[in-house]
Amino acid sequence: MNFDLTEERQMLQDSLRRFLRDNQAALQASTRLGDGGSLLGFDAEIWSKLAELGVIGALFSEEDGGFGGAGFDLTTVFEELGRAGAVEPLLDSAILGGGLIAALGDAAQKPLVEEVIAGSLHLALAHGEPNSRYDLAQVETRATQAGDDIILRGRKAVVINAEAADYLLVSARESGGPSEEDGISLFLVPRQTEGVSLRGYPLLAGGRAAELDLEDVSLPQSARLGAAGAAYPALKRAISRAEVAIAAETLGAMETATSLTRDYLLTRQQFGRPIGSFQALQHRMATLLIELEQARSAVINAAGHLDADPDEQALQIAAARNLIGRAGRLVAEESIQLHGGIAMTEEYELGHIAKRIVMADHRFGDTDTQLERFIDHSAA
Amino acid sequence: MDLNYSIEEQDFRAEVQEFLAQKLPQEMAQTIRAGRELGKEGHDQWHAILNAQGWLAPNWPKEFGGCEWNAVQRHIFEEESCRANAPRIVPFGLSMLAPVLQKFGSKAQQDHYLPRILSGEDWWCQGYSEPGAGSDLASLKTRAVREGDHYVVNGQKTWTTLGQYANWIFCLVRTDPEAKQQSGISFLLIDMDTPGIEVRPIILLDGTHEVNEVWFTDVKVPVENLVGEENMGWTYAKYLLTHERTNIAGVGFSRAGLEAVKRMARSQMHRGRPLIENAHFAARLARAEIDLMAMSTTNLRIISRAASGQAPGVESSMLKVKGTEIRQEINDLARRAAGTYAMPFVSEALEGGNEPEVGPEGSAAVAPQYFNYRKLSIFGGSNEIQKNIIAKVKLGGGA
Repeated sequence: MNFDLTEERQMLQDSLRRFLRDNQAALQASTRLGDGGSLLGFDAEIWSKLAELGVIGALFSEEDGGFGGAGFDLTTVFEELGRAGAVEPLLDSAILGGGLIAALGDAAQKPLVEEVIAGSLHLALAHGEPNSRYDLAQVETRATQAGDDIILRGRKAVVINAEAADYLLVSARESGGPSEEDGISLFLVPRQTEGVSLRGYPLLAGGRAAELDLEDVSLPQSARLGAAGAAYPALKRAISRAEVAIAAETLGAMETATSLTRDYLLTRQQFGRPIGSFQALQHRMATLLIELEQARSAVINAAGHLDADPDEQALQIAAARNLIGRAGRLVAEESIQLHGGIAMTEEYELGHIAKRIVMADHRFGDTDTQLERFIDHSAA
Repeated sequence: MDLNYSIEEQDFRAEVQEFLAQKLPQEMAQTIRAGRELGKEGHDQWHAILNAQGWLAPNWPKEFGGCEWNAVQRHIFEEESCRANAPRIVPFGLSMLAPVLQKFGSKAQQDHYLPRILSGEDWWCQGYSEPGAGSDLASLKTRAVREGDHYVVNGQKTWTTLGQYANWIFCLVRTDPEAKQQSGISFLLIDMDTPGIEVRPIILLDGTHEVNEVWFTDVKVPVENLVGEENMGWTYAKYLLTHERTNIAGVGFSRAGLEAVKRMARSQMHRGRPLIENAHFAARLARAEIDLMAMSTTNLRIISRAASGQAPGVESSMLKVKGTEIRQEINDLARRAAGTYAMPFVSEALEGGNEPEVGPEGSAAVAPQYFNYRKLSIFGGSNEIQKNIIAKVKLGGGA
């Protein structure tokens, strides 16, 4: 047993933590709601520097042109992003977009991964639909053959990073019923393609997304990633990696929330003494610290089983996300409550961090959905 | 023991329902139902409609132009208003300041201010909390120094709700810095147009502007704006707080919230079935509803005791804690029900503009409201302070 990070990961963690801390003001500015917010959804300069630091490369295996890509590489990077409340779309451009091209792409498509790692290409996964909720196999968007071309028709929901993306990775059904795993294909669609229209908007927890309308979008056969109708296993795999990253990111945000709360309890004076001297509050702080350690272990469990057999992997990820969903909500709500009014303001850092924690539960399966997945896989 | 409302109370309910059906503008109800902001105009409009009906001041004695409804009638009115998605009545003038003026104000103050509250001419806000005086309100530092026929006020108030709309503020100020904390505080009425007052917005974590900082620099306030006696302000403030805590359980809001969650959970599909049929979600919903059913009766028990003349004491603290916990749980359910569509932040849709929501009806408001309503357990005496009160009464002074 060894729970220490390798030397390489330790260095990655240190340099990323230092970089994000030094750029805290720019990071915070890009996450503001309202007029102050970034039109891109994140800070472009920080994005290029993350690429220079090798942070994007750390998310890909050597085979794919990176120098990491294992579960603990993902958690090392994302825990730091979460700690800083960063909204840079590493999940969307790299883990999901880049990861799927690396997994399914042919010789002509794969070079795009290098551009992702270099920070010069953005991607967005357009998979969820208005009726799919958290069901990964629910795809109603259709891909039909018309002569040599493929025609896409449908609607995609809450496509994160869509407006910044050079390519959208659009899932569409070539065969099978609307919730069957077989029959789903992925297509690499340049954002500017005719028939693709975006309605963009900010997200409550920072970053931007769009509703995507696909109206008779005509694509060449070469736009398909992988074999026709066979994209589901790769999608599932990429989303599993994303879920581990989300869990780690939430853990990082929970660390910041508890640390801000601890500092506040020690400094805020009411009734002539620091509020942290009241036992009623001390016990609640202690509960948060206990839950934080549980969350840390859950992330380690999930990351350590990312390459396990599919059932064990799915079980571990569902377990981690269910636990983090519960512990995260507690940490977010209690941190706000223990602060009082100041935590309700946009200006104070905690508000954004609390939003990151709670809204993470709305990607790829919430606490209850993870519970169902856990039960399904325990029974298996 | 009889769980039924009396014939008179049932008639009253019917009358309220009739009024709401006829006079509540549909567009306004739609705004409230969707969780969008009403804005000053909307509040003023509803205020005027209630005033025309003579139902604006349920808790005021008739001699001042109020309804003099008992606690059960007020409860029925609140319940039906929430059910119909009527706007909340802005409480600062009507249910917070007015009872203080009616009990402790001079005849001149009553004659001047009370009619202006009813007519909507004055919009009041509350100057209580300060950056260093939150839960420990009595440590407030805003100073008022008597100079001839006026006070000179210096200091800062915060969390001033809807202060951006207000033309008057009632303030707790320190008039005797030497006295023991609670004894040196006075209750002043201050015209917001007086030179030296600056209102600065505080943007909340959901992007809304509902609270403010109010800064006072050498603000001259005529001595006739003092309510009651100098240095007796704490007594009046405590009296005011007992009124702030009527309807503190928010049962009507919770009922309306639960209905909204059910609507959304019926429309959202989860694994091929409506979400409301999902065992895990249904269990969460059921637990909240079970808690609310009991809370509703707890509320009525306390209300009927109040109606028979017994002042609620520790019970109002209990109602505040449990009532806000239930409301917050329902907000959490709403967020869950919206699924992926809880994430977008379309502020134009919330402000009542023409921009449509991204997701299903009501989804734009659920996550901002979930975060915004964390305030319920913080303001009006935090839930920790309420528990201190309960513990102190039940366990003795050592708490």
